[in-house]
Amino acid sequence: MSEKKQLNRREFFSFVTVGWVAFTSAIAGFLTLAFRYTYPNVNFEPEMDFVAGRPNDYEEGVDERWKNGYGVWIVKMEGRLFALSNICTHLGCVPNWLPAELKFKCPCHGSGYYQNGINFEGPAPRPLERYKISLNAEGKIIVDKTKIFRYEKGQWDNPQSFLKV
Amino acid sequence: MAKRGVVDYIRETQVWKSIFRHGPPTNARNRAAVVAGNVFLHLHPIKLKKSGVQLGYTWCMGGLTFFIFLALTVTGVLLMFYYRPTAEYAYNDIIALKEHVPLGIMREIHRWGAHAMVITVWLHMFRVFMTGSYKPPREFNWGVGVILLVLTLLLSFTGYLLPWDQLAIWAIAVGSNMAKATPFLGHGGPGAALAQIGDFVMVSDKNDVRFQLLAGRFVGEPALLRFYILHCVFIPLVVGVLIAVHFWRVRKDGGISAPL
Repeated sequence: MSEKKQLNRREFFSFVTVGWVAFTSAIAGFLTLAFRYTYPNVNFEPEMDFVAGRPNDYEEGVDERWKNGYGVWIVKMEGRLFALSNICTHLGCVPNWLPAELKFKCPCHGSGYYQNGINFEGPAPRPLERYKISLNAEGKIIVDKTKIFRYEKGQWDNPQSFLKV
Repeated sequence: MAKRGVVDYIRETQVWKSIFRHGPPTNARNRAAVVAGNVFLHLHPIKLKKSGVQLGYTWCMGGLTFFIFLALTVTGVLLMFYYRPTAEYAYNDIIALKEHVPLGIMREIHRWGAHAMVITVWLHMFRVFMTGSYKPPREFNWGVGVILLVLTLLLSFTGYLLPWDQLAIWAIAVGSNMAKATPFLGHGGPGAALAQIGDFVMVSDKNDVRFQLLAGRFVGEPALLRFYILHCVFIPLVVGVLIAVHFWRVRKDGGISAPL
């Protein structure tokens, strides 16, 4: 008769420990992978910087040609050309430009902004943000949305926030 | 000798006996077995105090909430036969549910049910609070209930944006901006500025909780799909498990709200 191997108490608990460590690390590993899985490697979203033609392409006032693609109004006023964000500072909706009333008006809660982006009505707590704007070697406008300039921080006089025209 | 009827014959078949493993509920032991052997009844306590099931005392708001949850599950699955969660089809499919589908009222039931469930959950919690039923030993179940309240609201919110109309898009815009402001997890929230080593930003718009919700930096089609999955599968699964815990706890803690 073959001798049957018996587990003693100590060996039994070491097996249980190994089992639990393996089980919990498998679960933890799966959860980590599942978490990483929710972050795609590639997004088909618009670039954060784009070429926006030449300064002479714009007339005095608000230009809406980049609003749908990039979420930017190019505004020319008082000898300056700047790139205005189209994200309402209240809750992040997209205001509309109302040419007849010369103001931006948010459809959600009625925030209103002047043509230069300063808020004057509704719940918006601060003016619209402006993006970094510059000229490349060919004299074309580059708008860079990764760099923002805020009025309330006195950043609208920063030379990167506008072009002289 | 008693005459054997059709009922007796059916009760002796193997099919019947494989489903119901107890005899007819003619004595106390079998009455208990009828309840304990039925998955739909066993979440209830085997014995109930009369005061616990009187409508005037409990309002039955928890039960109504559960009933509405089941109705929402059924109508929701029916809606899934017609609804496609893509930017191209979502809105038109909702219109089609109203105009091209027999019993298009299914969508109205689903929507009004969602409103009703929020109201009954609130009234349920109000009753539990006013009768002091949250006190020990029931305090853990109150905690489970609060999580269920939050999940109910999240179900409503994720469902709200599936029609992909103006209301939906601005709701998700606002909601995801709230996610952006989550402490330490959102790139606009408190703590995000601290998580920066030199020029390396640890919490940015490309890796925060808002990116995870939207599957991107902007509200778009991936966000619609993601919220659809959350609404139809993920949150209901969690809610289902927590409802089971909730009912089980009710049963363990002395039945429905009667004084202990």
